[in-house]
Amino acid sequence: MTVMEQRGAYRPTPPPAWRPRTNPAPLLPDARPYRVLGTEAAADVDPALLRRLYAELVRGRRYNTQATALTKQGRLAVYPSSTGQEACEVAAALVLKERDWLFPSYRDTLAAVARGLDPVQALTLLRGDWHTGYDPHEHRIAPLCTPLATQLPHAVGLAHAARLKGDDVVALALVGDGGTSEGDFHEALNFAAVWQSPVVFLVQNNGFAISVPLAKQTAAPSLAHKAVGYGMPGRLVDGNDAAAVHQVLGEAVAHARAGGGPTLVEAVTYRIDAHTNADDATRYRGADEVETWRAHDPIALLEHELTERGLLDEDGVRAARDAAETMAADLRERMNQDPVLDPMDLFAHVYAEPTPQLREQEALLRAELAAEQEGAHR
Amino acid sequence: MTTVALKPATMAQALTRALRDAMTADPAVHVMGEDVGALGGVFRVTEGLAKEFGEDRVTDTPLAEAGILGTAVGMAMYGLRPVVEMQFDAFAYPAFEQLISHVARMRNRTRGAMPLPITIRVPYGGGIGGVEHHSDSSEAYYMATPGLHVVTPATVADAYGLLRAAIASDDPVVFLEPKRLYWSKDSWNPEEPQAVEPIGRAVVRRAGRSATLITYGPSLPVCLEAAEAATAEGWDLEVVDLRSLVPFDDETVAASVRRTGRAVVVHESGSYGGPGGEIAARVTERCFHHLEAPVLRVAGFDIPYPPPMLERHHLPGVDRILDAVGRLQWEAGN
Repeated sequence: MTVMEQRGAYRPTPPPAWRPRTNPAPLLPDARPYRVLGTEAAADVDPALLRRLYAELVRGRRYNTQATALTKQGRLAVYPSSTGQEACEVAAALVLKERDWLFPSYRDTLAAVARGLDPVQALTLLRGDWHTGYDPHEHRIAPLCTPLATQLPHAVGLAHAARLKGDDVVALALVGDGGTSEGDFHEALNFAAVWQSPVVFLVQNNGFAISVPLAKQTAAPSLAHKAVGYGMPGRLVDGNDAAAVHQVLGEAVAHARAGGGPTLVEAVTYRIDAHTNADDATRYRGADEVETWRAHDPIALLEHELTERGLLDEDGVRAARDAAETMAADLRERMNQDPVLDPMDLFAHVYAEPTPQLREQEALLRAELAAEQEGAHR
Repeated sequence: MTTVALKPATMAQALTRALRDAMTADPAVHVMGEDVGALGGVFRVTEGLAKEFGEDRVTDTPLAEAGILGTAVGMAMYGLRPVVEMQFDAFAYPAFEQLISHVARMRNRTRGAMPLPITIRVPYGGGIGGVEHHSDSSEAYYMATPGLHVVTPATVADAYGLLRAAIASDDPVVFLEPKRLYWSKDSWNPEEPQAVEPIGRAVVRRAGRSATLITYGPSLPVCLEAAEAATAEGWDLEVVDLRSLVPFDDETVAASVRRTGRAVVVHESGSYGGPGGEIAARVTERCFHHLEAPVLRVAGFDIPYPPPMLERHHLPGVDRILDAVGRLQWEAGN
């Protein structure tokens, strides 16, 4: 029977299978970056936490300046600095329990160090003696990831596996604003939301993907808004306000731990240094812009809060700086030693057992090394 | 001696059995991919597994191959043994970044601290009348990626045995399933099926004296047919089934070619930059003084995979193989 034949009886209806899946309203991010320092909320923060954050920020800044100096001395092949972003790096490390996992990108060695990793091990990739300088299982820190956003699905899978096993483990994955344009960002968030995996995604929006500003990266109202499309809550936070980042990430981790699923957090911050030591930031941004962000420095914000409230005096500042100097001196000394490398390691870990083809190539290199050795003795 | 009843089974059934046995033997084994749950996969290889093991272990994922493989990486990091199904050869390409930049390298970049025991099942090859993007021979891409094992069965028993070995491997294995052999039947002993270990051994499927056909996966039945037809020409062809492209069994292949003095590599993949070039080079390097003729390749053409109504012209067939055998400089030799 056609519509013409049943005229009168036929009534157009809405699509039969359609129903609203999720109410988007509770998922929407904060209207403006959430702040704690300099607001009434600061009074609620444990002074011990503020002091801890301060000490870590000072140490983190010194770590950044020391690592940058090491590139100039030829001791690091490259260093992507997180100067200006220390609040995000430190807070990400501090909100995790020992059994949780951190998934850093190449700019996040500081987060790994703040989690307790030896800075020399954290910098192995950037020194160039191996790709990963630590056992990821020992520290529950995934290898530093260079291909953008590709570590995010790993975090989702690990958190998913932990949940299937009934383990209380949360994964926190770090990514930059540029990384949010990658397909793996999208796929990771989608899988995490569908599986309700205990994952927290922290986007450090530092304004630039090397030279390309955020406006050329996205037309979204904010990066945090992207959460809504996947059906997870988005949070927008002042990424230079260590107390705010710590609180927002802490809430997201607690939400994940309680079975509430993933959260996307956008921390608005700024990359004070160039992309790496090999980059020239003056080609794509003005000094004025950098200066306005220097005035919103994460250490200055926290120092002001602590000093105003009488929680930090000159001795406290000096103690934090001395501790940072000790770390830097130790790092400098150890990085100034040439790493001992065994070229035969190149074949050691390609497979559990080298293939016959690799054994042949291994023999070739061994012979070359022997000839080199002989030549050196001649 | 006890006689064991041999029952006919399809390759698809043997693969299903391998998955079921692996999942029963090891609770860490998880199957994931598109349509692997209620549907049992578009080729029905995961048939019944979701019902038997539950959705937590046999998971219909969102439709995103990079996400499937990327999350499998994380699951493997946490001690699981994911078996990932890529629905078709050409649908696996979105997962290449995860495959190349992470799956293949994780053991190496962590100095052995973080091996990834992931099996990636990829139905591949043509001959099933598939429309565009359903018939690629993508093995050369995988072979060119250090850190991966690449295996492909050509018989029902090997389908079971190699898949069990792949899942048991602590290294990532790309497991290429020849689509047109899914429904091939063979007498098989399903009571006590065995894993084929270690991965990396070729096998002589037909002994012969005149020349060696070196092949794998979907081209094995074609080569065996060609070898039978060749007897009419007076050629007694040996047929070697590689079974594993990485690692490569130089020993078995070279031993065969030293015996016969002549070799043709046969595969569906294109010849330029395809596996045959590498294989021919390896054979030449090892058997130069035994060779009566250059090693030849019979391959698919170097064209995008053709539409189904033309694919028979593209795929290496018996005649093209016999023509190549005929060009092995018989007059110059014995």
